Amino acid sequence: MKKNYMEIKFKAIGINEMFARTVVAAFCLQYDPSLEEINDIKTAVSEAVTNAVVHAYPNGDGEVCLRVEAENNSVKIIVSDKGIGIKDMEKAREPFYTTKPNEERSGMGFTIMESFMDELKLSKNGDKGLQVEMTKVFGSSAQTPEIC
Amino acid sequence: MKLKSRLYNGTMYVLLCGELDEHSATHIREEMDKAFSSGIFKQIIIDLSELEFMDSTGVGVLIGRYKKMKERGIPIYICNPSTHAEKIFKMTGLYELMPKII
Repeated sequence: MKKNYMEIKFKAIGINEMFARTVVAAFCLQYDPSLEEINDIKTAVSEAVTNAVVHAYPNGDGEVCLRVEAENNSVKIIVSDKGIGIKDMEKAREPFYTTKPNEERSGMGFTIMESFMDELKLSKNGDKGLQVEMTKVFGSSAQTPEIC
Repeated sequence: MKLKSRLYNGTMYVLLCGELDEHSATHIREEMDKAFSSGIFKQIIIDLSELEFMDSTGVGVLIGRYKKMKERGIPIYICNPSTHAEKIFKMTGLYELMPKII
């Protein structure tokens, strides 16, 4: 596929989660993914954006940047914010870990991103905030380990 | 996101319709708690045949309901999950708390 990209910014509020995953799915549809691949991408984007909405801005006022880059047979999705960031990124990636146990959080957000995508990287977004970078290689689902 | 509920023959049936994410979770949580607080029933069956999308927020909502109903000794069962919802349920171990029924 030809190199392509899209980038949008939106307010970090819950109603934009559906918007974000729908926009990314629409962009990716150009590259003829399978239904499972599109669902994996939508879920991973929803997890990353939800993370920014719920955790990044305790005062409730912030912005999320969403960028998708397509090249060869893969898409790289970058979700970034300028919020409070994550102190311990390794801990945050552990299954069932949540900093808000009293809010019925499953603590499975990063685990789902990692499992549904082919690659997941977490880093600081400049001097603060969080950048989530996820890659999906189309046509690689046969290599995905089966979940029993 | 909508919820329909019906009490029949000792079973509370709940149908989830639409997309369950962080934005819709509060509403669905309240609607489920309202449905579960009325009437007398021995079990709950949650039908996901019209659930179009769910992420880990939805898992949190379901686990929250499981904990509340466990205190009352009422089991919850899942039916008609999409392939994608099933993938999330297997990954998170939700079926161990809410078995799937056909």
